[in-house]
Amino acid sequence: MNIAVAIDQIPQDALPSASEAGPAPKRVVVTYGFWIFLLSDIVMFAALFASYAVLVHSTAGGPTGAQLFNQSTVAIETVCLLLSSYTCGLMSLAINSRRYFRTYVGALITLALGAIFLSLEIREFLSMIAIGAAPQRSAFLSAFFTLVGCHGLHVALGLIWLIVMMVQVAVFGLSARVQRRLLCFSLFWHALDIVWVGVLTVVYLMGVSS
Amino acid sequence: MTESRYERAPGDRPSREMHASAPSEFLVYTIGLVVAVLLTATSFWTANTTLLWPGGVFLGLAVLAIAQMGIHLVFFLHISSGPESTNNVLALAFGVLIVFVVIAGTMWIVADMNTNMMMPSVAPMSTRMQH
Repeated sequence: MNIAVAIDQIPQDALPSASEAGPAPKRVVVTYGFWIFLLSDIVMFAALFASYAVLVHSTAGGPTGAQLFNQSTVAIETVCLLLSSYTCGLMSLAINSRRYFRTYVGALITLALGAIFLSLEIREFLSMIAIGAAPQRSAFLSAFFTLVGCHGLHVALGLIWLIVMMVQVAVFGLSARVQRRLLCFSLFWHALDIVWVGVLTVVYLMGVSS
Repeated sequence: MTESRYERAPGDRPSREMHASAPSEFLVYTIGLVVAVLLTATSFWTANTTLLWPGGVFLGLAVLAIAQMGIHLVFFLHISSGPESTNNVLALAFGVLIVFVVIAGTMWIVADMNTNMMMPSVAPMSTRMQH
């Protein structure tokens, strides 16, 4: 039997495993570490969700969620964040095929949608505080502002990170280092959208339907 | 062939062949977006409808949210069951376990304490705490 044919017939499973093939590429190691960080961040959000679920009925005679939440604002926020997650995915496609113009356009749309989301959320918070539904009013409102505000803070940090990354693309080009950081950013942005699904369901939709 | 031996980075697509697979990757994101929009619209409908039994609304919303999180993981974060992303899936499974323990454990313990703190003499107060 020809030895080349014999090698071709070795099934994929017979190849040396990852540990025998030497250390993994830096792209895999870096993003895996960031994946662990994201999971720990989601565990922190789980603690905030748990405290919100415990305190949601402790309104101390103050306004309840059904009286405060405006569903159309929340729907626009959801659409903005979902579309920005989509454009972030398209941006990472452009990065992988090294198209600079598409990368900038994707980043710009992601940035704009994220900024719309954040401004709507800040406006919602300010209008709630204006009618006396501030965080110090009741335990429910403290938990609400902590949970939703923490998500909004993450979005704000993500927007700053995206601006910094675009400066890095302009200065360093799409080098391997910049590409790794952009991959971490897209992981962060998609994870924030997953957390928002939880916020939308637990805080807003369950709040107005109860 | 050497690539497939390594673990895949979370968020990376299975194929590194950019030109051949570019349209299908675009399709993956688009399918994810469409399904996520449908699930979100269903969630809003479920929260506002009067057709459903009110007790079932919470369960329906929870199921829709978990389904949408799964859609995001598969279509946007590219988590797969392939052998090259075993580490990512194991880390995710551990994270989900901790999230479940934190949320379910907190609600269970606090509900239990709330029940045990009730005293017969101050019945109006304890019923107010429960609601």
